[in-house]
Amino acid sequence: MKPTWAERLAALFPKLAPLWGALVFVALWWIATSLKVIDPILLPSPADSAKALWKGMTGGSLLHDFLRTVTRTLLSFIIAVAIAVPLGIVLGSSDKIYRAVEFIIDFFRSTPASAMFPLFLVLFGVGEKTKIAVAAFGAALVILFNVAYGVMNARKLRQLAAKVMGASRVGVLTDVTFWESMPQTFVGMRSGVSLALVIVIVAEMFIGSTDGLGQRVINSQMIFDMPEMYASIFAAGALGYCLNLLFLSIERKFVHWGGK
Amino acid sequence: MNTPIDLMSALTGPAATGPSDHRWFPPGTHITVRGLTKRFGTTTLYENFDLDIPRGQLISIFGPNGCGKSTLINMMSGILPIDAGEVLFDGKALRDTRIGYVFQNYREAMFPWLRAIDNLRYPLKFLKLSKAEKNARVEKMIARFDVKIDLHRYPYELSGGQQQMVSIMRALIVDPEVLFMDEPFSALDYEMTLFMREQLQKAFMETRTTTLLVSHDLEEAVHLADKILLLTRKPTHIADYVAFDAPRPRDTETLSTPEFVRVKAHSLEVFQREVRKP
Repeated sequence: MKPTWAERLAALFPKLAPLWGALVFVALWWIATSLKVIDPILLPSPADSAKALWKGMTGGSLLHDFLRTVTRTLLSFIIAVAIAVPLGIVLGSSDKIYRAVEFIIDFFRSTPASAMFPLFLVLFGVGEKTKIAVAAFGAALVILFNVAYGVMNARKLRQLAAKVMGASRVGVLTDVTFWESMPQTFVGMRSGVSLALVIVIVAEMFIGSTDGLGQRVINSQMIFDMPEMYASIFAAGALGYCLNLLFLSIERKFVHWGGK
Repeated sequence: MNTPIDLMSALTGPAATGPSDHRWFPPGTHITVRGLTKRFGTTTLYENFDLDIPRGQLISIFGPNGCGKSTLINMMSGILPIDAGEVLFDGKALRDTRIGYVFQNYREAMFPWLRAIDNLRYPLKFLKLSKAEKNARVEKMIARFDVKIDLHRYPYELSGGQQQMVSIMRALIVDPEVLFMDEPFSALDYEMTLFMREQLQKAFMETRTTTLLVSHDLEEAVHLADKILLLTRKPTHIADYVAFDAPRPRDTETLSTPEFVRVKAHSLEVFQREVRKP
């Protein structure tokens, strides 16, 4: 029997479930602007914001700012990984070293990275370096903590198995411990890249910038170009969301054995 | 039946020529444990423990809970440090000896980031073999076990029995002088256990690798063993060292032969006597 229209729609419903929330959100927004509940200067209509987003991303300067932010975020993330992963493995594989530095790492991990801006400004000057360095610093601590944790919680039996088969200390580290720490490392990298994005955006707002999404948000706010501001906010949101999605899918593919 | 073994011992003989203070051991001995001592905190698990493991035989280790069955093979295989004493393989130290070890927990003993075939190949990287020789070893191992396992899958995609099979193959692929097994089948169901016993025996008959099998199942311990090592409660020493020489391959019918029943009943009696001791 051929499914009826209603049945097809019903079958489609669960698949589109994530969209319904977004649709309701846009609808409420649209109603609010068309009823002028909120000053239209402060809250432009969804259509105006979407137009600004589309225009900016397809030939306008939003794309340029977007790519600048992506570059800074990824650059600081790569620096963070390069420092934190080897260091985390070393720290995690020695109980003594880890206990000695645990407090320091935990302390700076809990320190808001934005509180470090002035210090980094002194160290690196006003410019590109500072933004990337602060973001890398924040991300590195999160990644470091997770890698060390993953290494410490590596399954002892797997390490023993490698040892009994003839692996040296270094061999156990590279053949087992490194892999065992992978799932936790990925958790750290996911939080790390999100944090790097947050710090880069804030840095673009306040540390003399000429481009980037953060700078764009604050500039459009100052000249009261609200559609432009919302467009930049959405671009930043989409960037964060996509980075998370990207890392989740890499994680699923790469650490397929996670939890097994 | 035992001619090849007797011949071997005639050739090698007791290593009485080695450095002096080794106590005597019978001809055909492969592993000698002397003066083994192990304490955990204030409790003494082993004190001056001596044991001879004959060459080319399968020895089951059985005893009360907590008597240190696994601890014994873990000390022999170097997983656990010993407080005093020595373990020699043909008079050599452990580091000069190729061993294989099969863990009870196959799930955690396999490397889930490697496909089954690469798990199998892993220990070969510590041997100085050419690529062709390594491949030949893998092929030989697959042929020996007549496995119907898709080795290109990841371990967690295989059943428990299949995982443990791969783990046994991984232990045997280096052609070990001694094979240690710590309750290898205890996480498997009875049907799978019987199948694995059959496979293990087949491999054992082909290679005659000296094997130490820790078991908590007396039927399994007797069914597979040439000798059953019965241990006392701690401080642990040997309660009895029972021979069982039913011909191989032994199948489920062996389980109802008078000899099997007698050896199992005797072992059970020794075991219960030990358990009931104050």
